[in-house]
Formats: sequence, C-alpha cells, structure tokens
Amino acid sequence: MDQLFDISLFNSTLRILTPILLAALGGAICARVGLFNVGLEGLVLVGAFSAILGNHLLGNVWLAVLFAVICVMLFSLLFAYVSINLRANVIVVGISLNFLAAGLTTFCLRAIFDVKGAYYDKNMQGLPRWDIPLIKDIPVLGGIVSGHSPLVYAAFAAAILMWVYLFKTVSGFRLRAAGENPVAAQSLGIPVRRIQYGAVLVSGALCGLAGAQLSLGQVTMFTEGMTAGRGFIALVATMLGQSNPLGVVASSLLFGLMDAFSIRLQGFALPAQFTQMLPYIMTLAAMFFFKDRSYLKDAQRANGSSR
Amino acid sequence: MTVLLEMQGITKKYGDFTANHDIHFDVRKGEIHALVGENGAGKTTMMRMLYGMEQPTAGRILVNGKEVHFHDPSQAIRHGIGMVHQHFMLFPSFTLAENIVIGGEPKKGAFFDRQSAADKVRELGERYGMPIDPWKKAGDCPLGIQQRTEILKVLYQGADVIILDEPTGVLTPGEVKELLAAIKGLAAQGKSFILITHKLHEVMEAADRITVLRDGVITGQMAANDTDEEQISRLMVGRELVQMSRAAREPGEKVLDIQAIKLAGGKGSKPLLDDVSLSVRRGEIVGIAGISGNGQSELLQVISGLRQPDRGTVELNGADVTGAPVRQIREQGLAHIPEDRYLWGASRDATVLDNGLMGHQQRFRKRGLIDRSSLRKVMNEWVQRFAIKTGSLDTQAQFLSGGNLQKLIAAREFAQQQPFLIAAEPTRGVDVGAMELIHGELLERCRGGDGILLVSSELTEILKLSDRILVMYEGRIAGELTAEQATEEQISLLMAGGKRQS
Repeated sequence: MDQLFDISLFNSTLRILTPILLAALGGAICARVGLFNVGLEGLVLVGAFSAILGNHLLGNVWLAVLFAVICVMLFSLLFAYVSINLRANVIVVGISLNFLAAGLTTFCLRAIFDVKGAYYDKNMQGLPRWDIPLIKDIPVLGGIVSGHSPLVYAAFAAAILMWVYLFKTVSGFRLRAAGENPVAAQSLGIPVRRIQYGAVLVSGALCGLAGAQLSLGQVTMFTEGMTAGRGFIALVATMLGQSNPLGVVASSLLFGLMDAFSIRLQGFALPAQFTQMLPYIMTLAAMFFFKDRSYLKDAQRANGSSR
Repeated sequence: MTVLLEMQGITKKYGDFTANHDIHFDVRKGEIHALVGENGAGKTTMMRMLYGMEQPTAGRILVNGKEVHFHDPSQAIRHGIGMVHQHFMLFPSFTLAENIVIGGEPKKGAFFDRQSAADKVRELGERYGMPIDPWKKAGDCPLGIQQRTEILKVLYQGADVIILDEPTGVLTPGEVKELLAAIKGLAAQGKSFILITHKLHEVMEAADRITVLRDGVITGQMAANDTDEEQISRLMVGRELVQMSRAAREPGEKVLDIQAIKLAGGKGSKPLLDDVSLSVRRGEIVGIAGISGNGQSELLQVISGLRQPDRGTVELNGADVTGAPVRQIREQGLAHIPEDRYLWGASRDATVLDNGLMGHQQRFRKRGLIDRSSLRKVMNEWVQRFAIKTGSLDTQAQFLSGGNLQKLIAAREFAQQQPFLIAAEPTRGVDVGAMELIHGELLERCRGGDGILLVSSELTEILKLSDRILVMYEGRIAGELTAEQATEEQISLLMAGGKRQS
C-alpha cells in the first residue's frame, strides 16, 4: 500500500485536478445563471491551443496565459450570443462548440505550425513551479502543496473567490436570482442578459486558464484533442458539486485523485487501458450515489415552479 | 381624497385586435379599487401598461397629476406602483427576507448584509400586520405566506399603489380571509390597492369602488355600496346568468365501482389511500369534497390508470380495469378532465389544434395519417360552442388564458362520448361565464345518462351539482351525504377530520 499512497500521489492529484477544477468552476457560474455549459471541453481545448500559440508568438509564458484567456473569452462569446440572443438550446450549442473547437484547433495546428498530431518546441518555456517558502519545509504537507504551477493555486483561489462572490455579495446574490427565476429577476429590473453574458465570459476566462495549465503546466506541448474528456469530467464535477464552488472543489478533488490513481496503478502491471477507465467508472458510480440527492429535487421543483 | 393614479383614454391594440379601448380609470389614496371582468376582458393588459410591461397605443397615464411614460417595471416601481403577479415571482431557494429585499439589498460595502435584511423584513411584517419568518426558504412556505411575501416585497420597494392580480386563485378559504383582512388594514394605513379578480363575493367584501371590464371596454364603474353581485355579473357577462338546478334523477346501473383501494405512502408515512370504496351510477354526479392533498389526486390517478393501487379493484363499465394501461381504461369508457391543466391536461408548447387532438388520434386517422381538415372542422365547432377565445387553432396553448384553456380541455373530454367522466376541479380559475357553461354541460351529460365523478375544493360547486357527496380526509372516505341532507357546515366539519354527527 505504501507504494500506492505516497506524497507524490497527492502531489500529482493537485496537478491533475487543476484543469478540471478551473473548467468546473466555469461550468458552475454558467449553471448559476441558468445556462448549462456543455461546451467546457471545447473551451478548454481552445485554451490549450491558444496558450501554446501565444507562447510561440509572444515568447513569454505569462503573456501566453493572458492570450489564452482572451481567446477563450472571445470563443465563449459565441456560446453566449447563440444561446442568449438567439435563444438556441444550450445543450446543442455546447455540443457544437465542442466539435467546432476540435476541428478548429486541429486545423490551426496544421495551418500555423505545419505539423500533424502534436506540436512541441523544446525551447519553449512552460509555467514555472512555485516553491512556497515555509510551507515547503513542512514534511508531507510541503511535498503535496508546494512546487506547483501558479495556476494550481489560482484555481483554488478562484473557487474561494467565487464562493464569496456568489453567497456573500449583493452582486452575486442578483446573479443567482437571474439564474433561478429570470422572469422574476427581469421584473425587478435586474439585467438578466448582461449577467448571463458576464457569467459566460468568466467561464471562458476560467477555461482559458484550464487550457493553459494543460498545455503549459503539465507538459509544454499541444496534441490534438488533448483535453481527452476533461471538460466532460468537469461538467460532472459541476453537477456533483451542485454548482457550489466549494462543492466543485470537493468533486474535482475526487476526480483528480482517481486520475492520479489510475496512472499509479499502471505501475502495478495493470493494463493502461483498464486503469484509464477508473475515473469514468467513478463518474458513473458517483451518479448512482448522488441520484436521490437534493440536486434532483431542486430540478424537479424548478420544473414545477415554471408551470 | 387625492387621486394617486389616473388612466385617461387608454387604448391598446395588438395588430388588429383591440385589447383595451378608451379606458378611464383612477385610484385614490387609501382605497381598494376592484377591477373585475371575465378572462380575456383586458384586465391584465391594463395593468401591464400601468406597470410598464406594455406601452399604450393611445392615451395618458398620470401619477400624482403628472404624466408618466413607463418603459420597464423598474420605472413604475420608482413611481410607487407595485404589482403582485398571479403567478408568484419568487425565488424558491432564497429566504423570505432575500426575496423581499432583492433589488434594494442592505449592504456592507459590496457584501449583502443578511442580518439587517432579516431585521428590516421582520419589522416591516409587524408594522403592516403580516408577520413572517425572514429566514425561511420561500419554496418551503405555503402559498398564503408566499403571497404575503410578495405584498411585503412591493411594500419594501416603497409602493403606494399595489396591483393584486387574481390574488386569491391559489389560496385556501382561510388564507383568503386573512389576505382580505390584511389589505383592508393596509388601506386604512393609506395604501391603495387595485384588486383584479373575478370572484365577486371577495369584491363585495373588500372593495370600495368597482370597475367592470368586458371585451376591453369599461361597462360600469360604481361604489361597492351601490351595487350587488347580480348587477356586476350582468355587466361582466353582458347578459343574465341562467340559474341552474339539479333535477331529481333516477340513477341507472353502476358505471364505476371501486372496492377497497389501498395505496401505500412513502416509507413510514400514512397510506395515501386507505380502504376507499365508492361507486358511480349512470345519470348521477358524485361529488368528492375535501381539502386538497387528502388523497383525491391519488384516487383519480388510480381510477385513470396513472398509478397502480397496492390492493383493491377498479371496475369500469362492467369490466375489471385494475392496473390496466391508461389507453385501455379510456377505451373502456373513461373521459377525464384532469385537475392540473398545465401538468396533466395540456401541453403548453403545442398548438390549440394539437391539444384538441390528444386522445382523439384514432378518430381522426385516415390511412395512417392524421386528418387535420376534419379535425379543424370539429374543433371550430368546439371553439364556437364553448366560446373559447383563441387567436386561431394554431396558437400555442400557453397563450390562452387559464379559463379558455380549461374550456378547451373540457370540450375535448366531453367529445370523448364516454359513459363515465372524471371532472377534477373543472372550474378552477375560470370566470363566471365559463363556469356556467361547464356546469351546464356537466348537468346535460348527466341527464343524458352518463356517470360523473366530480372532485372539487369549491364547496359551492360540489353542493350545486352533486347527487351524492363523499368527503375525503387523510386518504379515507370520511363520510357520505345525499344532496338533500348536505349542508356546508356538515361538509366543512368532515373535511377538517371531525366526526359526523348523526
């Protein structure tokens, strides 16, 4: 068991969960304004590609992260416009965005870098690792918490900030109101559309960070479809966490741990294909476990109140 | 008395359709001004203009003698006009305090000061005699409290004129009494009310002045002291209402016979239906009275096949249909006007035509396809016979007013021509004219030899139509009365779980 659970397992958990957490927070804020964002996968993929592209063009890893955030925000505007202004079904819009992102990044990879499958530049700088003074010297904890890319810490900070915003500030209160009963919110003069746009943009920014962590934090390269379903896992984390930022942290931790675990199990002569199923089996199992929790009841109630 | 609000020569047109024509209307300080009229008479349009949700085609609106133009509700709110909508505008997962202060939240910096919100709300409730628990979630509160919350919300927003749109439609009789008392109290403190309703006894009880609207035109405006219910209903409907009565009938053989039905509740709770037996004969109306939630819905679901009983049998038109599929039960002889028209009775997004087709698919089939032209012909007859106000047959059902949708559903089920009909809350939320029509039709069917099971929470309706009355309490039949012996007091007592005095 010692070989299975050690400091580096939890260390890699934190690293792996970061893109999921960031994207899931983006999903959470969209869900809070009544737009269920199935397009997280596509948004993260665009983020991952544009982070590499930004780094290639600008030669600075921080500017690259910023570039990724801006690109994904622009991309998410498409989601906002089609689902808010044109009132299209958000699920359909989200799915189309995923396919659009997959095609677009593959196409751009060939058009800009003239490579197939993956782009890698050994001179390219990835995100630095931060050793946190004091904490890094604490045994065990230091080994787990210290030495990550700044985006790992940013993800947790974002979760806390979002929680405070949603549940403690007036503006966050109105955002939740706009999501829970848009007609009532509108009748009170709350600018529902503007709030929805804001939420989608924030979601875009978070997915941009998630993508940057994928392509610049864990490795320094872009491969086609490198999100590999993380956006969907994030979607599940959003639901499992009931769109509450702290709940999302908990569910992301669970998925991150499972992911790290599956990598670790490969060292035990288990076939990689089998261990890679673990996070997804866990997802299904989680659904069974949570099936009669309040999320469902809230959904039913929401259904009833719209009568 | 000072006039707070005035509408002068207001006209509202939607294309060729005139919803309001040359309306003159005013509200004085501290008065309750009732606005009555049938569904679709234009009451709601009028109020939407006052509240800034619509703009008038012609005419002026004056607040405190100054002309105003509202482009959205927040402007109306700033001018002291508040509205309590028919379908509440609450946030079910928020606390009552949050629901009330939203839009004007007390702040500490950018943070929401929930403690001070709760204090303010508690104080507001006490000042106006409508106490509430500010920390309770709105979704967990009964409708009476939700309504109170809505009124406190507009008071918190600083409203002097409060529009109440059909405020009593969803309330229990006790809650209605409390509400009317509360608004009278508020009027005495100087608040003004516009009370939109079609329940005339409430108007007579609470209002100071009454304005009657029919087909978008004002047909009468008078002080409540100078009029009576007959005069108002004449002005609303435009003709005399027919007094209907139940003729004594000789019932025929049993068309529905259910025996010892039992339906278990959730774990650890009481059974939903406990040993319920009843029968309906041809040519008889059996009324089921009871406060809603005492097993009536479940009973109807068992009879119509939407739910399987744990024990007992249902016999319809001579055949055992216990546990049979819905379609088989319907073919065996059931027509069903369901209690919740939006949940069970109609599809909001489907057209009037498609809603009318439901259950008649087999009848309008031609070579495997739906014969829409003959469906249209039949439905136009329904629309005429039941005076259903709809733009066209291709309008979505959600744009019909509640009463008109109910008439559509009733017409559809009457057209089933089945010997047994369930009529559950057949006139909930419909106006006087529609009620007269539906009641007339029920009596007509009964005279023609059909058996009818009538479930209603309106005692007057039960007493008016039923030959026999069963009272349900906590999943059991608490008592049975014949039409001759039944009185409102007796039924009320049984409804509340009291023992029958013999």
